[in-house]
Amino acid sequence: MTLHARLVVTRPAFTLDIDLRVEPGEVVALLGPNGAGKTTALRALAGLTRMSGGQIGLRGRPLHTLPAESRPIGMVFQDYLLFPHLSALDNVAFGPRCQGVPKTEARRAAAALLERVGLAGRAAAKPRQLSGGQAQRVALARALAVRPELLLLDEPLAALDAHTRLEVRSQLRRHLNDFDGVTVLVTHDPLDAMVLADRLIVIENGAIVQQGTPGEVARRPRTDYVARLVGLNLYRGLADGTQVKVDELLFSTADSLDGPAFVAFAPAAVALYRSRPDGSPRNLWQATIDGIERHGDNVRVHLDGPIAAFADITPAAVADLDLTPGQRIWASVKATETHAYPA
Amino acid sequence: MLVLPAVAGLVFLVLPLAGLLIRAPWPTLLERLAEPQVLEALRLSLVCASVATAVCLLLGVPLAWLLARVDFPGRRLVRALVTVPLVLPPVVGGVALLLVLGRRGLVGQWLEATFGITLPFTTAGVIIAEAFVAMPFLVISVEGALRGADQRFEEAAATLGASRWTVFRRVTLPMIMPGVVAGAVLCWARALGEFGATITFAGNFPGTTRTMPLAVYLALETEPEAAIVLSLVLLAVSVIILASLRDRWVSSP
Repeated sequence: MTLHARLVVTRPAFTLDIDLRVEPGEVVALLGPNGAGKTTALRALAGLTRMSGGQIGLRGRPLHTLPAESRPIGMVFQDYLLFPHLSALDNVAFGPRCQGVPKTEARRAAAALLERVGLAGRAAAKPRQLSGGQAQRVALARALAVRPELLLLDEPLAALDAHTRLEVRSQLRRHLNDFDGVTVLVTHDPLDAMVLADRLIVIENGAIVQQGTPGEVARRPRTDYVARLVGLNLYRGLADGTQVKVDELLFSTADSLDGPAFVAFAPAAVALYRSRPDGSPRNLWQATIDGIERHGDNVRVHLDGPIAAFADITPAAVADLDLTPGQRIWASVKATETHAYPA
Repeated sequence: MLVLPAVAGLVFLVLPLAGLLIRAPWPTLLERLAEPQVLEALRLSLVCASVATAVCLLLGVPLAWLLARVDFPGRRLVRALVTVPLVLPPVVGGVALLLVLGRRGLVGQWLEATFGITLPFTTAGVIIAEAFVAMPFLVISVEGALRGADQRFEEAAATLGASRWTVFRRVTLPMIMPGVVAGAVLCWARALGEFGATITFAGNFPGTTRTMPLAVYLALETEPEAAIVLSLVLLAVSVIILASLRDRWVSSP
């Protein structure tokens, strides 16, 4: 039931061209900034957006030649698109009915699915009477009711508030685990992607820029966008042994390699000093404070200078150092907290 | 500067209706309403307007769907053509219908030769004349509703395996139902009041083609009080339709 696809969609000033290979039971998240083309990719898989080229194969059968209604898919839309005039039960029974299942049987199957997502008591409710989290679960049940081989989820949690999101996310993870077909989901939220997916595919400007397990992507970002998502400072340089040259700065790192390389370190690993520290620690540079903002329990300092960087320090440290924007300051990061990997 | 003409305009619109109410023969109203010719005209009007509305629904809703959902060359021209009966003088519509569906008309000739069907000066002719004049009201209303409806629901239905027809029947139609009902009511009201095309194409025969508006016109010369009574009935119907539309579908802020 492997999904094997090359999706090409050409629009004025935008081209999507990506290769996808997803195994049965695997959950792949397409992650990317707004306008990167991830929803377009999902719509192309569903048959809702015409492809300019490429092909889609599912279990060796071509899918791209079929109209949306003939594809073995189930789709959960960002704002769910539950049919407002039908009850939750009839929304879920809609797909089976379209496949020719008799009414009573379709409704029985729908009731069983609603029970599985914990909504047996809301079967008669109209979509407008459901909470966001409930609507999301009905949408999932509706998509699963057609027994799809390919499950597509477009920003499945984006419309939920933070609290509901936490709860629905873990439930969704469980349902995706139980699903033995191919799952492709689209999100711009790194946390959703990390929790829900077995593998991340990062899309920027219509092309894949990085893919791997959530752990790999989080540890070794390859673009500024991914680095920002996972909260790391990221630079591209030239490695020579345990040293990486980034512009004029020479970074000492824990890893040894040669050639073009990325250097990444966490903002919390950056230490700040008012005057040049004694003993000249390595990886030291002079920076200008560009901005200071709250970041969780800490304070995030934006540094400008030979390299742009974020430093996370405690509010107490901000007070001790008496930091103000525009101020010159020394910054350093330990070699053991600096990771280098091939670019 | 604006209030005076505004009040004058209001008086101009309301005074004739008030006159109708003032001059109505209230004591003999029920008696006159029960007269066989009146009841007959009323029955014929209601039946013809309802059947004409059904015809408009059957043909107009798919037409509206075509205009709103299918991108084809010449769509703007077709939309313009659909609205022609809206601005065409009804008498001209009647003449045009005669030319096409009359006994010696383009299609009428063939209909009579092949099926032995003649349409002019029959009840069916009344229905055709009314449908011709009233259909644009339905098409425009339904097309507007279709354009306002979120097409992504139709996409969602497609991903669930619904064919185009199933999508239309089970998703689109229920969602645009208020627009369809509003259009049907307008269409029905227009058909009920139809005069020009009807008298031209279907004539004025009691029992078969003499609808209320025709009866009003005729009665005005012989029996003015009957004309007033019939007019009152039509006025009442109009007011009821307006009220029902306002409450449910045309809720202005």
